[in-house]
Amino acid sequence: MSAAREQILATIRRARGAGDDATFHAAAEQRLQRRPRGTIPARVDRAPAALVDLFVEQARALSATVDRVASAADVPAAVADFLARENLPATLRAAPSPEIEALPWQDRPALTVTYGRSDGQDEVSLTPAFAAVAETGTLMLRSGPGHPTTLNFLPDTHIVVLRASRVVGSYEAGWAWLRDAGAMPRAVNFVSGPSRTADIEQTIQLGAHGPRRLHIVLVEDGDGR
Amino acid sequence: MEATSRTFKDNARRALVEPDLQQALARMKAGFVVNRAAAVARLPEFDALRDEARAIKNHTLAHLDFYLERFEQAVTAQGGHVHWCRTAEEARRTILEICRSVDAKMVTKGKSMIGEEIAINDYLAANGITPVETDLGEYIIQLRHEPPSHIIAPAIHVTKKQVADSFYAAHTNLDAARKLEEPRALVDEARAMLRQRYLDADVGITGANFLIAETGSTVIVTNEGNGDLTQTLPKIHIVTASLEKVVPTLEDASTILRVLARSATGQEFSAYTTFSTGPRRAEDLDGPGQFHVVLLDNGRSALLGTELQDILRCIRCGACMNHCPVYGAVGGHAYGWVYPGPMGAVLTPTLIGVEEASDLPNASTFCGRCEEVCPMRIPLPKLMRHYRERAFDKGLTPPLPRLALALWAFLARRPRLYQALTAIKVRVLGALGRKRGRFHAIPFAGGWTRHRDMPAPEGRTFQRLWDEAGGAR
Amino acid sequence: MASNAADKPRVGLFVTCLVDLFRPSVGFAAVKLLELSGCSVAVPRLQTCCGQPAHNSGDRKDTRILARQVIDAFEAYDYVVAPSGSCAGMIREHYPALFDDDPETAHRAHALARRTYELVSFLRDVRGMERVDARFAGTVTYHDSCSGLRELSVKEQPRRLLRSVAGLELVELPGAETCCGFGGTFCVKYPEISNRMVEDKAQAIEDTGAGTLLAGDLGCLLNMAGKLKRRGAAVRVRHVAEVLAGMTDGPAIGDGADGG
Repeated sequence: MSAAREQILATIRRARGAGDDATFHAAAEQRLQRRPRGTIPARVDRAPAALVDLFVEQARALSATVDRVASAADVPAAVADFLARENLPATLRAAPSPEIEALPWQDRPALTVTYGRSDGQDEVSLTPAFAAVAETGTLMLRSGPGHPTTLNFLPDTHIVVLRASRVVGSYEAGWAWLRDAGAMPRAVNFVSGPSRTADIEQTIQLGAHGPRRLHIVLVEDGDGR
Repeated sequence: MEATSRTFKDNARRALVEPDLQQALARMKAGFVVNRAAAVARLPEFDALRDEARAIKNHTLAHLDFYLERFEQAVTAQGGHVHWCRTAEEARRTILEICRSVDAKMVTKGKSMIGEEIAINDYLAANGITPVETDLGEYIIQLRHEPPSHIIAPAIHVTKKQVADSFYAAHTNLDAARKLEEPRALVDEARAMLRQRYLDADVGITGANFLIAETGSTVIVTNEGNGDLTQTLPKIHIVTASLEKVVPTLEDASTILRVLARSATGQEFSAYTTFSTGPRRAEDLDGPGQFHVVLLDNGRSALLGTELQDILRCIRCGACMNHCPVYGAVGGHAYGWVYPGPMGAVLTPTLIGVEEASDLPNASTFCGRCEEVCPMRIPLPKLMRHYRERAFDKGLTPPLPRLALALWAFLARRPRLYQALTAIKVRVLGALGRKRGRFHAIPFAGGWTRHRDMPAPEGRTFQRLWDEAGGAR
Repeated sequence: MASNAADKPRVGLFVTCLVDLFRPSVGFAAVKLLELSGCSVAVPRLQTCCGQPAHNSGDRKDTRILARQVIDAFEAYDYVVAPSGSCAGMIREHYPALFDDDPETAHRAHALARRTYELVSFLRDVRGMERVDARFAGTVTYHDSCSGLRELSVKEQPRRLLRSVAGLELVELPGAETCCGFGGTFCVKYPEISNRMVEDKAQAIEDTGAGTLLAGDLGCLLNMAGKLKRRGAAVRVRHVAEVLAGMTDGPAIGDGADGG
């Protein structure tokens, strides 16, 4: 359909009137390089520890549950306890990321942990988080060989292991880290609480198509804690 | 979708007396309006962000060709494809070809207003491919064979009993004696019914709230997670988006996202905001094998450089219709096509023609509430007035109002004649009305007096009285 | 207040067609208030209509003709004041854009627009009026007319002055900022929708229990008064200027000579 492409672009250029495209677009080119930020809300203007607290407060307000643990070594126990509390089976479909694989799952042998994507038969998934945005209590999940996207959406319960040092204030700070981490992944999922809908008489119901439950295990590996 | 905008007046008349619809509209006003106000109160930077959002879109529109070409480059670099489509017909054919390339039998769909605009569902069905809406609201109206009545809450007009009735009728493999009284049961049933569809779909079609020129990403904003399941599981992910959705950078998208959900539902951010870039990578364990963006013009480029350009800033949040007293009285179906409310009153005549949709920009008091709440600061009343001017110039105004207006203007331009005639008229009406102070009925004023009394004039004009008082001129 | 005649600003009163034809007493109340605020008031003879009906019907040609007429009639004054947010808004916010192709008239329109005000905001914001000496016994509720509110930011000013009226109790109207459904020709072009809007408004007014409804625009007032009367409501309807000027002896809007 390149005739369509040319015609559409020609219409756009005609609307602008005569002029050298390259010179005119120099400003846009520079802007793309500069990537200016807009106003960042003042609420994220706080020290890292306070940002973590803000993240937790916001996430809980969105019906995510948050467990704060002192170190990575405590994660398997925290997960096992959560599953028991919620009457969920002691089976996890986990993201094959080094961070998750390195956790001491052997401390909880009753937990069955398998790694890979989800095919829709898993009740509980467990993934890492690339970052978390304190501004709105939002997790930033980055797809890749260590983090299949289906784990974020198919299972009924999604558990996220989040390191406190990965909490940032704003989305812009998250993007800066993402750019440093390499090429754009296939999917960046910003997740704020469990799935929900208000499509039936405007009453909010959790668990529309994505997970009904979002549980965050927050590992306090940050500064000053 | 067959437009019924021509019969707006009849549509509206019926809508005003539909009890279920009226209840739903009352709920909407209590919900969306209150929630938006609360969200705005919680973000002191809200107005500054609206100014920035407007500036980003205006800049982008001024350089639209540049950004679209950059977007295409970035998509292609990631292994995706961009298909430029001038018309709805081209878009439909492109989508069909892509589906046929993998012998698709069934397609899941995330919510897409462009999908409605090009009527893709009927087209696919006519060509042997089953489209399945996955957004709960869209799923409900698909079962009811109805168009959406709101751009973000398509089934806002449907009661829970009506949803239950649709589910009983459609989900025949389930126990007919099951209880479907509560929203919880309805949501759970929809979740269960659609689960296998997601897994079986050959192609997934989503819309896009934004297209990012910098990275070639498309962005969807949902609460259910349906858009993500739709794009991740099938072999092919098709994104349908119109040209003006492009923004330059990830930062720009973030700025606009800050005002989008707050304006729409009063949430600070939707449950799922996803940036999708290209097909699955070689090392990924899941994701679509192909990524196609169907980039639709369908009248957008023709708006550039015209008085209507500002409507291209619309980010489809729905705030205007949530706050509009006319939409709040008649609901979305009365507008007769894909886009209702104030933004629909501007976009509909643009896309389907002034003659088809002439009532829409006229059915407004210009109260200005829409412009007041629009996160992109679109001057909606001004744009509606523009359509009134176009209709007037084309002679589309009905004869009686046109004559009355011409008579008024004729007199108003001749102050002395005006003052002589009006002095007489108000004396007569004033005398007739003095005792009771009002009229129950007045010839030629049936539109007014059908529903309200007409207060009587005092009987003298101010101009005459001022003369008598020797007032300064 | 003592003032040198030479210092007194000269206000050209833009009467508005509805005040001129339906309720001149509002015009006289406006004159009294303007004089109390230390202005001299003149009423240019050659005024009829601000052009809104033509403007909102898409008749740009007639709108421009009427706008030029207004500019011609009012140019000589220090200020143009109208007891109507929609008429003042028309002159202030819409006149300049009418003359994009005519720089000379555009310039004159801009100059006039800058000096044009709705009555109550003029008294508060320009003349610095803090209070009025009027008395009014009763509860009052106030409707914010759309143009005044959204085009001219008229919100706090009438409330401030009303609170200074001795004996007056002001009760806020829920949904005060919601359109009453008048909208000029809208109410006769789309009567059922307009009716719904004014029904909702009338219900809200009645629910406040206030004895009197006030607003700053006669179009809105005629619409709401007509509906309240049709419903048999006891609420009296007046223009806010009448109360602020202490001129409430005559019948309220829609009331007969006997006051009912």
